[in-house]
Amino acid sequence: MDLIKLNNVKKTYRTGVTAIQGLNLTIAKGDFVFIIGSTGCGKSTLIKMLYREEKPTAGQIIVGGIDVGKLRNGKVYKIRRKIGVVFQDYKLLPKSTVYENVAFALEIFGLPKDEIYSKVIKVLELVGLKNKIKNYPAQLSGGEQQRVAIARAIVNGPKLLICDEPTGNLDPKTSMEIMKVLEEINKLGTTIIMVTHDINIVKQMNKRVIVLDTGRVLKDYQKGTYAHENN
Amino acid sequence: MKTIRIILRNIRDAFKGVFRNFSLSFASISCITITLIVVAISMVLSENVDNFTLLVEKDVTIVAFIDNEADQDKIEEIKDKISMIDNVEKYEFKSKQVITEEMRDSSEVFDSIMKNWTDDENPIQNTYQVKVVDINKIKNVADEIKKIDGITVVKYGEGMVEQLISTFEFIHKICIGAVVALILVTAFLISNTIKITIGSRQREIGIMRLIGASNLNIRIPFIIEGLVLGLLGSIVPIIITIYGYTELYNRFGGHLFSNLIKLIKPVPFVYKTSLLLLVVGVLVGMFGSWRAVRKHLKI
Repeated sequence: MDLIKLNNVKKTYRTGVTAIQGLNLTIAKGDFVFIIGSTGCGKSTLIKMLYREEKPTAGQIIVGGIDVGKLRNGKVYKIRRKIGVVFQDYKLLPKSTVYENVAFALEIFGLPKDEIYSKVIKVLELVGLKNKIKNYPAQLSGGEQQRVAIARAIVNGPKLLICDEPTGNLDPKTSMEIMKVLEEINKLGTTIIMVTHDINIVKQMNKRVIVLDTGRVLKDYQKGTYAHENN
Repeated sequence: MKTIRIILRNIRDAFKGVFRNFSLSFASISCITITLIVVAISMVLSENVDNFTLLVEKDVTIVAFIDNEADQDKIEEIKDKISMIDNVEKYEFKSKQVITEEMRDSSEVFDSIMKNWTDDENPIQNTYQVKVVDINKIKNVADEIKKIDGITVVKYGEGMVEQLISTFEFIHKICIGAVVALILVTAFLISNTIKITIGSRQREIGIMRLIGASNLNIRIPFIIEGLVLGLLGSIVPIIITIYGYTELYNRFGGHLFSNLIKLIKPVPFVYKTSLLLLVVGVLVGMFGSWRAVRKHLKI
């Protein structure tokens, strides 16, 4: 069953630049998809439209049954609660501890304290940071900070996890550790869309790969075919 | 239960926000404190001027001098006519004997001159002392009394009273204008200071939006934070109002410059003023935050 469906999506910015043109795409529930392409090919615009940071100029984007393009600004939170987003720069609160950073995502919804605690601990265990709950982001390595960001993104149990170059600031070894964490999350049923420039990761992971070029799908490699065709 | 938890969390986060961003919070609190002190001074001044005007107004009396030829019937007739004039609050007959006694008591010189006067020799006239409801229309009442047969002279400190009252009313209006202007200026100053505070927390707001916080979820903690800033900012002005005014009152013995200018008693005046300062501080803080955070929300 499809979690994401894009029908003839077009995005032109106010500056006149067209980032996405006539894009058709479907992503099934539980999929792990890489989106790759050169700089300016529309990768970031595509994922920004998925979590409704940007609105499509034309066409339809359905995420988890919600027509994202039609959501009013005041209702954007409805789709955000179904999606977790991870960025290259982690976007953590520097003055909050690891625990507080993750719990923050649950507290705003008024969950009971003990429920928040058990969920946060569970998710920090999943990303391997249970022993660092009292640390501040500045006391963590880049890889650890990214794991905190991942924990925060998945603590609500989103159906979709969007990762915008999550390994962009990390060394290859740490990057692979992050990928292992993401694979674990994917195995638990969360659909993952990851934008990356790191071809080695893409080859090693053997997942579906969508190559974008000038706002269009240049090629859609099904699971396990990318590495084989690009060696 | 869920709502209570959210409210409690918001209150906790508001205090955390104030202390984690202490330097900027301190700027906001100082801004609130300084302007509220000026507001407090203006309020104290305005209320005292108002009170003093009321006292002066209460004190103003029309003295109607009765012809010495008037007999008891005539005096009664004059009383009836005065009682029928609009805007008369009360009137009192003061005989020439009483006035003479009062004058003799007030000065030895008067006493030595007046002590040998007989009733027939006494040139002082019987009077009616008239108080009015609306001081602004005192001239009309005086004019009406003057028309009554048997009244020779009417006195009420013409000119000076009107001038005094209009001066006080002018000062009172200026004070009120200053209070309103100061409150508005405070609101915008605080709003701008909080804007800087919140501007430095754009990241936090961005993350809140990202993880699915609604505009209300984002706005409420900041509004409560504004409330906390307002609350903290009004502490010093309230202390100054309560202790400062009470000290001023006690030091001057309840009067300023002369016995004529009576100060308002500190209790309950200082508590009412303090409550007003607290309300102004809190509302202005909340408004400032609401205005500042609005900019960062895509509504």
